[in-house]
Amino acid sequence: MSNIYHLLSERLPLLRRGLGGGACSFSIGGIHPEDNKLAANSPLQALPPEGTASIFLGQHIGAPAEAIVSKGERVKTGQLIAKASGWVSADIHSSVSGTVVAVEPVADLSGIRQPAITIQVEGDEWLETIDRSPEIIREIPSDSAVIIKKIAAAGIVGLGGAAFPTHVKLSPPPGKKAGILIINAAECEPFLTSDHRVMLEFGEQALIGALLLKQALHASKAFIGIESNKPDAIRELQKIIRERGYELQVVRLKKRYPQGGEKQLIDAVTHRRVPSMGLPADVGVAVQNVGTALAVYEAVQKHKPLIENSITITGKNLPQQINALVRLGTPLSRLAALAGGIPAGTGKIVCGGPMMGKAIVNMDAPTTKVTSALLFIPHGEAQRRKASNCIRCAKCVQACPMGLEPYLLIKLTQRSRYDELRANRMSDCIECGCCLYSCPAHIPLLDYIRMGKGELKSSKLKVENYPTDGHRL
Amino acid sequence: MVSPAPHAHGSDTTRRLMRDVIIALLPAFAVSVWFFGWGALQVAAVSIATCVALEWVIQKFLLRTPPQTSDLSAAVTGLLLAMNLPPGAPWWVVLTGSVTAIGIAKMSFGGIGKNPFNPALVGRVVLLVSFPVQMTRWALPRGFATTDAVTGATPLALLKEGLNNGLTVEQIFDNADFTYLELLFGRIGGSAGEVSALALLAGFAYLLARRVIRPYIPVSILATVAAFGGILWWANPERFIDPLFHLLTGGVLLGAIFMATDYVTSPMHPKGMIIFGIGIGALTMLIRTFGSYPEGISFAILIMNAAVPLINKYAKPKRYARNV
Repeated sequence: MSNIYHLLSERLPLLRRGLGGGACSFSIGGIHPEDNKLAANSPLQALPPEGTASIFLGQHIGAPAEAIVSKGERVKTGQLIAKASGWVSADIHSSVSGTVVAVEPVADLSGIRQPAITIQVEGDEWLETIDRSPEIIREIPSDSAVIIKKIAAAGIVGLGGAAFPTHVKLSPPPGKKAGILIINAAECEPFLTSDHRVMLEFGEQALIGALLLKQALHASKAFIGIESNKPDAIRELQKIIRERGYELQVVRLKKRYPQGGEKQLIDAVTHRRVPSMGLPADVGVAVQNVGTALAVYEAVQKHKPLIENSITITGKNLPQQINALVRLGTPLSRLAALAGGIPAGTGKIVCGGPMMGKAIVNMDAPTTKVTSALLFIPHGEAQRRKASNCIRCAKCVQACPMGLEPYLLIKLTQRSRYDELRANRMSDCIECGCCLYSCPAHIPLLDYIRMGKGELKSSKLKVENYPTDGHRL
Repeated sequence: MVSPAPHAHGSDTTRRLMRDVIIALLPAFAVSVWFFGWGALQVAAVSIATCVALEWVIQKFLLRTPPQTSDLSAAVTGLLLAMNLPPGAPWWVVLTGSVTAIGIAKMSFGGIGKNPFNPALVGRVVLLVSFPVQMTRWALPRGFATTDAVTGATPLALLKEGLNNGLTVEQIFDNADFTYLELLFGRIGGSAGEVSALALLAGFAYLLARRVIRPYIPVSILATVAAFGGILWWANPERFIDPLFHLLTGGVLLGAIFMATDYVTSPMHPKGMIIFGIGIGALTMLIRTFGSYPEGISFAILIMNAAVPLINKYAKPKRYARNV
């Protein structure tokens, strides 16, 4: 039955609107992976700080922050410990109170050592300026510069996964104005439920955060895009908007991956399409994640910097499915322990969702601002199958949400045909994984495309550096 | 263990897709066995067995790669070849067909996914050109009741012959012993797979519902055949027969649904698929109405197979970003 529905809805856009119950969707490609929102009914639980916290200096896009504390110094929860170094960079605050025991590299998810500040937890003493009362502050400052300044001072970055400093994103280049703000609450990755819980438990705070972002941008409209598999969150937010008269609009999105991709979300909500190599601001849109909106609320209204985030701890073999509010720098092994330890028969542990998350080597790695989930994949599903010949079934072309031809891109990559890779828009790829997911021959399409993108970049550099040798490439 | 994202995979495999094609072919195959009896079964058995065995032998001993016949693609080729042959064709004709299909058209290009032309069709066309007598001796539908080799012409051959003798369409079919209803259910002479339109359409519905194929190619072929035939019929009903006849006879349905949609030899996206389908439909009708063969879909598909790389190069899918 669902097959017939997908078939019909794919062929007939008008019918899609009708059958989808009015839910919006992006218009090209996409897949329907199993939902597996196992932790959807587990309320967020706060994980108290304990042991040590290791906070990376570079956990955002741009220049790493510079440490302003040294070994032996005592810090409070919420205190600035590293300053942004440059425009595209972000401040970093201590997520715990205690003594700095080291300012030296710590191994990350992949086991690569990155500069970090390690703090020995002693109690939980917060900075006095932070308002920790549950009272909701609804007044919104009218001066957008004040809002952006407070966001910068709180070290907020895009929590959807990009980790781009939010204050930079809120200051579009001159001449480009984002008239429309879209809050990304699609949470289209299977298994992930932390944004869902945030909307249910901190719905009004997130909405006020959205209003603050709208004010900061001077946007005329603001939408909140939520996938239809979270009907309770849609109802809850609509209720608050109605009762409080907020100038926000909830948009129901069809359940389809990658509905929460920035470009796909813009297409679904506004029917505008971001140009190749362009930014959302080029079509007058700004997209912010719902978790970011909550962080913005806390920063502007409560003076609380970004020191904790909501993380889903989930997996098919896990005895307990958990959503937790976790302080920055908590070792992943503590999260695993919270859920009853690494379950037997686990083949792969992923930080993030199954489609775009990163497989972990080092369970002692600390969480960062953008850690969204810890996912345990059973052995049977963890191993990639052996690839066989491409049968040219075109399922990758059908699945690609950017309208690219993955089968062609990997062949051109294997032959190093850079000009044709450019002509076929290799750089438009958003690395969502739809092609690899849908390939019946199990060809590692996305791996090759990533390789090709890398080569494309370096080939460009070579041409620029040695213009006379350009023809040889 | 560690690997790059994504960490989830869909349930599609080459084997599942091929199995679905076989399941979709079963109704038409069952009808052909019902009408033609042992002859149809025997051709299919020989064809499938030799295709699979040949691919296995070539992979194991010539290419020295682990045999992958378990992906069922050779079985599909064998079944499709059998559906394209006259029921009761001699075993050596069938064997020649499978050697051509698997040995020459498929494996010599590198096996599954590498062949530019549809292997089963190459097999059929080589047989048609090499053994015209055996390939056009069509058993009449008599079921299992008799093993006598009663043969007759297909409706399309009947039409071509009559027109060549200067008769009008009406005169040719005045004493024909079949109706459109019989064309729909399959009680006519022809190759095993082209006799029952209804069974083929059931297979089409199954393939669509299982999302094995997309409708663009079959629909554009059938629409082109109907439009082409309709215009000719409207212009001169004495010389040309109505479009429904064209749709229901010969291999148009089998070709449009099962042969032209072969993944390897068809374009990769809707725009290209429609161009491909229109090309096949138009070429089929040109051969049928103006060529010397009564049926032309096999040639039409092979000719358009050759155009696929070109179509893929110039007909690009709908891109997300509209500029550039």
